Amino acid sequence: MLEKAFEGGKKYWAWLFFLGALSAVGVYYYIQQFQFGLGLTGMHRDVSWGLYIGQFTFLVGVAASAVMLVIPYYLHDFKKFGKIVILGEFLAISAVTMCILFIFVDMGQPMRIMNVILHPTPNSVMFWDSVVLSGYLAINALVGWVTLSADRKGVPPPKWIKFFIYLSIPWAVSIHTVTAFLYSGLPARHFWLSAVMAARFLASAFAAGPALLIILALIVRKISKFDPGKEAIQAIGKIVAYAMFANVFLLGLEFFTAFYSGIPGHAASFLYLYVGLEGHSELVPMMWTSTVLAIISLFLLVFPAARKKEGLLAFACLSLFISLWIDKGFGLIIGGFVPNPFEEVHPYWPTMPEALITLGVWAIGFLILSMLYKIAISVRERTAGIEIEH
Amino acid sequence: MSMDRRQFLKIAGISSILGFGASVASATHTIWEPGLKPPQVEPNPDGLIAKRWAMVVDMSKFKTDEDIKKVTTACHQTHNVPDFRNPDGTVDKKFEIKWIWEEPYERTFPGSENKFMSEHIKDMPFIVLCNHCDNPPCVRVCPTQATFKLPNGITMQDMHRCIGCRFCMAACPYGSRSFNWTDPRKAINPATENKAYPTRTKGVVEKCTFCTERLQVGKLPACVEAAPKGAMFFGDIEDPNSEVRKIVTSQLTIRRKPELGTGPAVYYVIGGSDHA
Amino acid sequence: MKLYDGGKILIGLMVFVGIATFPFYYNIGKVNAKPELKTDTPAIQAWEKQYGKKECVESKEYMRSEHMQLLNNWRDSVVRDMNRQYVSMTSGRKFNMSLQNGCLECHSNKKQFCDQCHNYMAVKPYCFDCHIQPMEKEENKS
Repeated sequence: MLEKAFEGGKKYWAWLFFLGALSAVGVYYYIQQFQFGLGLTGMHRDVSWGLYIGQFTFLVGVAASAVMLVIPYYLHDFKKFGKIVILGEFLAISAVTMCILFIFVDMGQPMRIMNVILHPTPNSVMFWDSVVLSGYLAINALVGWVTLSADRKGVPPPKWIKFFIYLSIPWAVSIHTVTAFLYSGLPARHFWLSAVMAARFLASAFAAGPALLIILALIVRKISKFDPGKEAIQAIGKIVAYAMFANVFLLGLEFFTAFYSGIPGHAASFLYLYVGLEGHSELVPMMWTSTVLAIISLFLLVFPAARKKEGLLAFACLSLFISLWIDKGFGLIIGGFVPNPFEEVHPYWPTMPEALITLGVWAIGFLILSMLYKIAISVRERTAGIEIEH
Repeated sequence: MSMDRRQFLKIAGISSILGFGASVASATHTIWEPGLKPPQVEPNPDGLIAKRWAMVVDMSKFKTDEDIKKVTTACHQTHNVPDFRNPDGTVDKKFEIKWIWEEPYERTFPGSENKFMSEHIKDMPFIVLCNHCDNPPCVRVCPTQATFKLPNGITMQDMHRCIGCRFCMAACPYGSRSFNWTDPRKAINPATENKAYPTRTKGVVEKCTFCTERLQVGKLPACVEAAPKGAMFFGDIEDPNSEVRKIVTSQLTIRRKPELGTGPAVYYVIGGSDHA
Repeated sequence: MKLYDGGKILIGLMVFVGIATFPFYYNIGKVNAKPELKTDTPAIQAWEKQYGKKECVESKEYMRSEHMQLLNNWRDSVVRDMNRQYVSMTSGRKFNMSLQNGCLECHSNKKQFCDQCHNYMAVKPYCFDCHIQPMEKEENKS
């Protein structure tokens, strides 16, 4: 089946070449970073995690969101998702791969990565995160591959795979819960020390991930003969709308606790992000962009009339994706470090090499995604019209 | 037995993965081996021993900026802490590494200032360093046990094992940890470096170790040695006869952010009478 | 049996063999003299005078094959278990477990000692990224 990834027209190869070139730029700058050290990035003593860890956090959510297709299809027998569920699983594979790469490029001593396995440390959330992430990658690769192979042959997938499909549901929840625990268990950071952190992570994940999936499904339909299904896309649109509402609600809870309690430490990071603190307002424009985009997307998603127009739906999903990317892939991480433990504000902004390495990792992720989708599309195009019971 | 191409590739793939795993395992097998155990190894007989090391700092005994500078310089020179500077001579905040340094009162104990407090008090200098907590968040989060508790209460940092994930820096409520954003030797003068202590390499986290290397050969921490008389005390707080214990028992002392439950082992004397 | 895509496979094989054997022809004609280790530093000579023979922490053969493991174990024992002294299995003498303040006190000629074998074997231990190596006279001249 793998050979399907290498059969394609000129446009397909041009796209792969483009992504390949972007990843090559990323690799080039990563080698620079490897030689010089992480000082090549904008991070410093006070904001010691930045864009890389932000991307990692955001993408764990994208990966976990595959479960939003798996649950309706396998648990509620929602047949409309039959054709699209593979797109979710393959998106999860590429997203987890990006997560692992972002962790890797963020390490000061990447050559010592085996230390995590050689000295397993159950009290470290990071240890569990590496366990659940690699497990999730394996489960999705296995499930995606086995079900797609069966589809290609026109036979139902083997019974034993059901076990892994069901396993993937709690597992998806676990990857994002554990990732939230990285932050929400630290006594040092008021901004992250919140019991709703994991819930917020899941809500934003179940909004951003399926939103991306809608955009991808619309693209797939446009450039190939594989139609993931209009009703399926609309159904995902509803999921996105509910999840986004939950996310905005949970964010509102954070605001309430921070400001009604009046405890300065709880409010400081919110102030820095949304209005500026001690004369520093670097992130304010970004955070308000995120807020406005969130409102626009919610407005479009909540009215069925707007949601049913696929052009508007795509626009809403794009706004939502960018909004959550800013909120979670950037603001959430930087906000946790500002102000620092001495209540000083030391701002952070990524450097060009850092941005290009980040872009390179995204390019690698999309390269994997494009090739996996190419395989899925090839199989689907051949079996168009045949419905297979999973 | 015949084999088609598909099966061959599968078997070849699996065996190469297994082979890779085995080679990684063999390359690192030494770490799995039990290390050196007594009586083949032993502590230095001159070493200082304690159930729980702790420090008391009395800022009123530091009379001048020079007194404070002496302490921080003593530490940073002893441990080859790099000194990154901007072209204009100011500290390069981007690469800065520090083990012990000075902060004003309102930064050391945030939230305890009030609006009627004089600038003089808000700006009163305090010496800050790793608190060697009873319940350190940095140790809890480290994925490789590169930072860990010694039985004598010191929060130790194994720079050999650190993978540079910086989780500990996110976890420390005291900003006590620094990361080597580039090769620190660029900012260490070979003429004044301490030839008896290593430097660090890029990509690892470092911090104050309560001079564990000096305690083990019978010396007090470098900062305590360099401090003015009666300004810094170091000893076993579990020992009722130790100086630190007597001060903490008899005088009003405060610790940084005790409400977080970390149990800092650095106590600051408020009042400034003469001690034991 | 027919070989499909024979041309491509053969080209691929040739490229593979070319890459795999690269180290061999890359090093053709290079002098690969056996490393000569110098153990004539003042500290070692003084030791020889005092104890009547040159000796290391353990036997020469053991040190040659096991010094990396020994150093790893020393490292863990010092940093993590607060030990400082090593009791030799060979002589029973006690040694300070330290690369910088132990090994290199005697072997103050890193270039003539450590580097000789490490270069020959093309291994690059990262010990000296952190541990300060002794000043050597040759270094000052160059």
